[in-house]
Amino acid sequence: MLENFTIESLIQGYKDKKFSVSEVVSDYYERIAKVNPDYNVYVSLCRDLAEQRVSNMSEYNIDKHLLYGVPLGLKDLFSYKGSELTAASKILKGFKPSYNAVSTQRILDHGGIVLGMVNTDQFACGASNETSAYGPVNNPYNREYVSGGSSGGSASLIPLNLGVFATGTDTGGSIRQPASFCNAVGLKPTYGRIPRAGVIPMASSLDTVGHLTKTVMDSAIVLQAMAGTHKHDSTSPDVPVDDYKSYVHKGVKGMKIGIPKEYFTDFNDPEVTKQVMKSIDVLKSQGAEIVEISLPYTKYGVAVYYIVSPCELSANMERYDGVRYGNFTKDDVNNLFEYYTKTRGQGLGEEILRRIMVGTFCLSSESYEAYYLKAQKVRTLLIEDFKNAFKQVDLIAGPVSPTPAFKLNSKANNPLEMYQCDALTIPSNCAGIPGISVPAGFTNSGLPVGLQLLAPHFSEGKLFSAAQVVENEFKYFSQVPSL
Amino acid sequence: MIDLKKIEHLAMLARLELSDEQKKSLSDTLPSIIEYMDILNEVDTTNVAPTYQSTGLTNVTREDVIDSDYNLGQSMLEHTNHDLQNDQIKVKSVFN
Repeated sequence: MLENFTIESLIQGYKDKKFSVSEVVSDYYERIAKVNPDYNVYVSLCRDLAEQRVSNMSEYNIDKHLLYGVPLGLKDLFSYKGSELTAASKILKGFKPSYNAVSTQRILDHGGIVLGMVNTDQFACGASNETSAYGPVNNPYNREYVSGGSSGGSASLIPLNLGVFATGTDTGGSIRQPASFCNAVGLKPTYGRIPRAGVIPMASSLDTVGHLTKTVMDSAIVLQAMAGTHKHDSTSPDVPVDDYKSYVHKGVKGMKIGIPKEYFTDFNDPEVTKQVMKSIDVLKSQGAEIVEISLPYTKYGVAVYYIVSPCELSANMERYDGVRYGNFTKDDVNNLFEYYTKTRGQGLGEEILRRIMVGTFCLSSESYEAYYLKAQKVRTLLIEDFKNAFKQVDLIAGPVSPTPAFKLNSKANNPLEMYQCDALTIPSNCAGIPGISVPAGFTNSGLPVGLQLLAPHFSEGKLFSAAQVVENEFKYFSQVPSL
Repeated sequence: MIDLKKIEHLAMLARLELSDEQKKSLSDTLPSIIEYMDILNEVDTTNVAPTYQSTGLTNVTREDVIDSDYNLGQSMLEHTNHDLQNDQIKVKSVFN
């Protein structure tokens, strides 16, 4: 019987010789075979590669390698040589990358064992995992509800125990929001803290590589394994990597935590507010000073993001031309132009088409100044908001999402309503600052709620200190769904 | 103003062939999305510089030498879905 392992408990079990890596990996595959059909978490498995790694475990040292024998899922955007990589799209169905992403390689170098690729919104564009060509992921706590997105598979994996952790990407909230919908710890590090090279891009100035775990300590361990600059990502700053584990049990005594009034509006579900305030009260009782702050430009975040990110996406999607890689039209074509247009029109999903169109519109010569340039200027003001706040406080706390998970298909046909899901996570992406979603309890109907904590650039350690205080109090990660 | 003609023009610029159904769906959703963006006009951005990069990096360069970590030519040959001939990728004739 497979335990609900954390990285810490699993590695301790190996040390105590309770079980072997081979047994654990095979138990996880057994569990995936049983549970996955009902939740649609994994979109492909790489059992041969995993077994090959199990047989090579002697190359790793359990005292030195942080992820020794730890089974995990990769979001279907992370290159893993030998495994299929599709970004949950038709256009990349069957594609196999020829190298590992920097982040994947670092996980492998620390002894991690990839079980397979997990579901996501197509090219990470979505907030409910419903734009995936493989279909949505079901919420582990109620199958009629969404998992959140875009890292929906990664988030659902956690409480379902279909791996010990999963990688994710966060461009406008895509790690934190699904983590909050699925009772997981979701870390979006500082922009560039983990190199992006080898991860399929969406919007390059916003895309952040991170991960979803069961506990705060696990989050610190995975960050330790993946963080640090790399020559293949010129946007990964050469800033020393902290000893993240040393921050986890530091507590919040003397810390000043700001509560932005703009994160608690009439749009928020009262049950979300109630749960988040309970967590904030814990931070206070453990010695943090809580102060009200203002981030006045918050309400412009969604508009800034849904101009800037489609512009960058539309440029990034140019590479899917059916020539260099990926699938291409089988129709007869008369010229190169038709070959491109048919390949792209047939291979890309509806939400991707919509965002390419928005991006193309905002970048066209007649709209560039009014939209793209304007948005990049307001982005500067969103950043000023945070700079001013962090003159006063060490951390910012609020809800991750204004609502808990919503029903499948309830927003899929209304893109503007879907875009509002990211209202409280987008501003921090615009500023490139780190954030974490920590489990903060459940609504009366049993849906998870997440507390969001934000910190200045490269201050992930402070996030762990505060998040651990909340985890110590409630231990929500132990409330696994009944299957 | 985003009308059908505009949508067809944008699709041409973005190299997308859209079905009638896709055009309909975009006509239904694009105008309200673009209209929503007008909320930014409330913000005075006189003398505000645009942000393109959030961690302050500028002009990051590397030495001008071949990076042997990636052999992209070889990897394209390994992973293309097209037929190969003499280590070259065979695509459909593209000129009229």
